[in-house]
Amino acid sequence: MPRVRGTQGSQKRQTMTEEFEPQIIAFCCSYCSYAAADLAGSIRMSYPSNIKVILVPCSGRVDPVYLLRAIEEGADGVYVTGCMEGDCHFLTGNFKAKKRVSYIRKMLDEIGIEQDRVQMFNMSASDAPEFARVAKMMTEKIRALGPNPLRDRQHFNSRKNCNSIALCN
Amino acid sequence: MIIAERKPIQEILEMVRNHQRILMVGCKGCVTVCNAGGKKEVAILASALRIARRKQGKPITIDELTLDRQCEPEFIAWLDDPIKKNDYDAIISLACSIGPQYIAEAFDTMVVLPGLNTSFMGGTLEHGIWGEYCAACGSCEIHNFGGLCPITRCAKGLLNGPCGGSVDGKCEVNKDLDCIWELIYKRMKKLGQLDRLGQKIAAKDWSTSLSGGPRKIIREDLTI
Repeated sequence: MPRVRGTQGSQKRQTMTEEFEPQIIAFCCSYCSYAAADLAGSIRMSYPSNIKVILVPCSGRVDPVYLLRAIEEGADGVYVTGCMEGDCHFLTGNFKAKKRVSYIRKMLDEIGIEQDRVQMFNMSASDAPEFARVAKMMTEKIRALGPNPLRDRQHFNSRKNCNSIALCN
Repeated sequence: MIIAERKPIQEILEMVRNHQRILMVGCKGCVTVCNAGGKKEVAILASALRIARRKQGKPITIDELTLDRQCEPEFIAWLDDPIKKNDYDAIISLACSIGPQYIAEAFDTMVVLPGLNTSFMGGTLEHGIWGEYCAACGSCEIHNFGGLCPITRCAKGLLNGPCGGSVDGKCEVNKDLDCIWELIYKRMKKLGQLDRLGQKIAAKDWSTSLSGGPRKIIREDLTI
């Protein structure tokens, strides 16, 4: 009987993958990619609606825990976009973001989550086509990876299981 | 400060294999400064464990709390309330090994698990890099060595160095390690104390070290 269950499971997963529209969080630096996204909109350049943009003052503002929490809350993919290397408004924010993304990718790999669900890209404020290209590429990549494996779990309720005690913090 | 680093996640997952409700306790002391067990690291590790366990189909609840310090009983007492109000089946301490030991002594029916490996006493070399500077021998003699400690920083712990293995200022044991005896020589030369290096240092009295079991300091002027 286990083989039958396995077959059903894989059929179900395949069906889900075919219908799957990924939810992707993009942390966008206000000095580059957020402006690029704005420009993409202004010139009527389309990019997938799967991308949910979160404005940050610098890619260096993105804490590693934001990336993990996004996955924990059910996002299928997360990416950080920073200025071109050497062009960070705050000098080194994008390098810090790069190292933090790399740290979280390794951690995800360690716990059995595909590390490609978390990525980092660099672009300039004027590069609307690059913003759209990254958004499309990320959507396709996550679509190929399939849904966040935590979504399948019957006990999935991250808010319930995610408590921080306020005492002395 | 005490330098520590997080245990591999797989090791922690194995420790919590049979637990479902956990309190993860960080420390705002040394391990916050060395980015191993502060509030942020608690949040990251707790999130990673929740993700891993949910993926395994065995969800785990982890509450997060960071104490001012875990090496003083009055701060450990702050755990009384959360532990009474919740049915935790284990506590993970992200402090140096003093933290989990204090918690274990304060809550004798609670399973306490260490989330960090306590590495050494040292300082920050640059952001993200720490070095060992003290072996806590209990009888500091760095005044004899230009303010540098050969016991900790010489791979052989020589008091009458250098040995013959120093090459271009680097140790033969590790090519990335500065020969502390070369640094001691240069420093004492600048201080005009090279003559002191000619004097033989007597064998060290190690009775102040760990040889007699755990040490204790009693300050009569401070005890109540």
